[in-house]
Amino acid sequence: MTRLNARIPEGPVAEKWTAYKSGSKLVNPNNKRKLDIIVIGTGLAGASAAASLGQLGYNVKVFCYQDTPRRAHSIAAQGGINAAKNYPNDGDSAYRLFYDTIKGGDYRAREANVYRLAQVSNQIIDLCVAQGVPFAREYSGLLTNRSFGGAQVSRTFYARGQTGQQLLLGAYSALSRQIAAGTVKLYNRRDVLDMVLVDGKARGIIARNLVTGEIERHAAHAVVLANGGYGNVFFLSTNAMGSNVTPAWSAYRKGAMFANPSFTQIHPTCIPVHGDAQSKLTLMSESLRNDGRIWVPAKMKDVEKLRNKEIKPSDIAEADRDYYLERRYPAFGNLVPRDVASRAAKERCDAGFGVGATGVAVFLDFADAIKRKGHDAIDSLYGNLFQMYEQIVAESPYETPMMIYPAVHYTMGGLWVDYELMTTIPGLYAIGECNFSDHGANRLGASALMQGLADGYFVLPYTIGNYLANEIHTPRFDTASSEFTLAAQAVTDRLKQIKNSGGKESVDNFHRRLGKIMWEYCGMARNDAGLTEALYQITELRQEFARGVKIPGGLDEYNPEIEKACRVADFIELGELMVRDAQQRRESCGGHFREEYQTSEGEALRNDDEFAFVGAWEYSGRDAAAQLHREELQFNEIKLSQRSYK
Amino acid sequence: MNFTLKIWRQKNVTAKGEMVSYDVSGISADSSFFEMLDTLNQKLIMTGGDPVAFDHDCREGICGTCSLYINGRPHGPAKGVTTCQLHMRAFKDGDTIFIEPWRAKAFPIIRDLIVDRSALDKIIQAGGYVSVNTGGVPDANTIPVPKEKSDSAFDAATCIGCGACVAACSNAAAMLFIGAKVSHLALLPQGRVEAATRVQKMVACMDEQGFGNCSNTYACEFDCPKGISVANIARMNREFLGAKLFSEKERVIKESL
Repeated sequence: MTRLNARIPEGPVAEKWTAYKSGSKLVNPNNKRKLDIIVIGTGLAGASAAASLGQLGYNVKVFCYQDTPRRAHSIAAQGGINAAKNYPNDGDSAYRLFYDTIKGGDYRAREANVYRLAQVSNQIIDLCVAQGVPFAREYSGLLTNRSFGGAQVSRTFYARGQTGQQLLLGAYSALSRQIAAGTVKLYNRRDVLDMVLVDGKARGIIARNLVTGEIERHAAHAVVLANGGYGNVFFLSTNAMGSNVTPAWSAYRKGAMFANPSFTQIHPTCIPVHGDAQSKLTLMSESLRNDGRIWVPAKMKDVEKLRNKEIKPSDIAEADRDYYLERRYPAFGNLVPRDVASRAAKERCDAGFGVGATGVAVFLDFADAIKRKGHDAIDSLYGNLFQMYEQIVAESPYETPMMIYPAVHYTMGGLWVDYELMTTIPGLYAIGECNFSDHGANRLGASALMQGLADGYFVLPYTIGNYLANEIHTPRFDTASSEFTLAAQAVTDRLKQIKNSGGKESVDNFHRRLGKIMWEYCGMARNDAGLTEALYQITELRQEFARGVKIPGGLDEYNPEIEKACRVADFIELGELMVRDAQQRRESCGGHFREEYQTSEGEALRNDDEFAFVGAWEYSGRDAAAQLHREELQFNEIKLSQRSYK
Repeated sequence: MNFTLKIWRQKNVTAKGEMVSYDVSGISADSSFFEMLDTLNQKLIMTGGDPVAFDHDCREGICGTCSLYINGRPHGPAKGVTTCQLHMRAFKDGDTIFIEPWRAKAFPIIRDLIVDRSALDKIIQAGGYVSVNTGGVPDANTIPVPKEKSDSAFDAATCIGCGACVAACSNAAAMLFIGAKVSHLALLPQGRVEAATRVQKMVACMDEQGFGNCSNTYACEFDCPKGISVANIARMNREFLGAKLFSEKERVIKESL
């Protein structure tokens, strides 16, 4: 039944990419001028792709919802970017980076894609340095590396705690150069609301100008989606307020399959929720766990006293503290992977031992580290993070333990793509976080930046040529054609329908309610009964939303409420698919923890015999259940094993 | 906490704007400034009013989207933070808070508190890059860069392009913004090659876009959420003068041949 063909090149895994490049078709420079490409999104993947395609001589149109491409949310990434340079001489190689990425993803990613990612990683660093990205250096003037997220080698390049910002500004500068050269045209403050297909191929988009409300039609020979992840389905996440799934979701509705939607990453060290007005969450680098000790009170009476502010955390005796990660995982302690640390925090809070005003937080305590290493040493390591924490919470981590709680941070799932990064719609590509391809069920630290730039700079510019070589005789498309007219009409109708639905509840309220359902039933731990309940609640929510939502203002003007309404409508549908995906995957793997499938010690239990596949969902209409297709994963290089952190 | 807000309302670029007064109540001191405005907007939506338009996105102080002029200061009273990192505990219960957009000729108002800052993009497009294409570059460690220079380049490169420097300046100059980019690239060997042409193109574009000139009040550095130093403006001026003198010398030599 499967219609999925990943089109992985033949040959040994280390030679596939070279073989592919040697055999793929090329487009000559005179013809590139005649070919148009639309890129949606200007984060690391979108900006790097648009710049590179413009340099090659294609006509590129790039779209972003922000006021300028430099603001895409890649900018907020802190930690760093991995590459297999092996500058520290500690035994790293493309193979090891490949191996760690597959293992870290809990064996749910495709070997061929991941190997290619590891292979091109070094070129990214070379290019970024040439662009003027100020990576950290030694006194020798050479680049420095650090170990990140428990990796055994130091392969992470970084620019203080602002690596994403510096890499994005590098890509943005390359993009700006192409805009000035006229090969790329920028459409900022645009929401892309639909894909246009002609004879089954992606041939354009329908966009809304967010300032004027005008519905625009844009045609091209190929369309590239780089619209990022969908963590905002949870309402509260570390994503930017505007981050959304809409372009990818409109592609899904037009036939692009959506893979592993339930694979989301929850980051253990975020600043806890302060109250009902909370609009987003802020991540603190996980490097804090290198020196901080995580604990909650062991006795309920201390929990109560803390909450009533009768005692301070430091008043609790050592023996009355539960360092639960050190207790449960003596070998790795506070440095267990993100998913394990997150679930353990939830477990303690659910059991009633949480701290803070809301009871939904745990302590991250630096008192011992300050005693051992001294105030100055801790300051040089974490000074900027402590400041950031104090800015938000108004407490000094030097004086009292930090409070942290997990938050949604990254989505591994996304549009299904083949080896060429093409979706199941010919001519429609998905790159960066918006595809599913490289991180399996869990992403390693410092690998998101690597993947975004690998796709945009070094993979897509090759693979898209292989498709466009067959399009050189295709003339430019007329946006007055019936396909464009119908798509534009459908978008206009949908906007009018939402605008005039005349409900009593605001969009934000619906979004918060969806977020609560997703967090409760499809968050850090899932079970069959909860997922069934979630399906029921989401269906109700969807019906309520369809009956009416309150939208002030008009359609022909700047109107953030109508923008949000379109996004939330799509998030509600996506939420339903995530729940279905979580329900069909009757195993635990990576960030997907099904309570029914765990070891006697409470650890995730994979089922490789039945679930070593990518679950790709096909849209079957508004009111029909989506259909699941399987891409069986072949592991020829790597032997599957169980993760253990005891 | 309760506040009285005096907010600039303006339908579009051509409409006449005015300050309008609103009351908000029951705000947590731990709320961010935007969460306070979210509360106001929810109230306006539910009562048939017109919500206040303002720019915001990451809400963690790094994307540079937010741009509020609060009580006469870009990004408000707290030093070294963007509007999104400003919390209501920075104010006193019962305060009256004045909220306006960035005001500069080069930043036309789109609606209410939102301005069009694409002039800053134009300046980067004029030359704020190293002219390398993807591929064909040397190994990253081929050219050592002294750590001190690299660190200074980084300090300049942390500019988030919010435009607070322009809003703070009595001349609406963008020289801290341009100085930061000129410095970032001129300090690195990779960017040094094009330094002379870059600074001239960027300064010419700055004039075209209608930004003013620097008169050394240092208000830009004081209100910059990332603490970008005015030393970058001095470096830009040196680079500019050097480039001009050099090109003048070239012209004289050519004409004498």
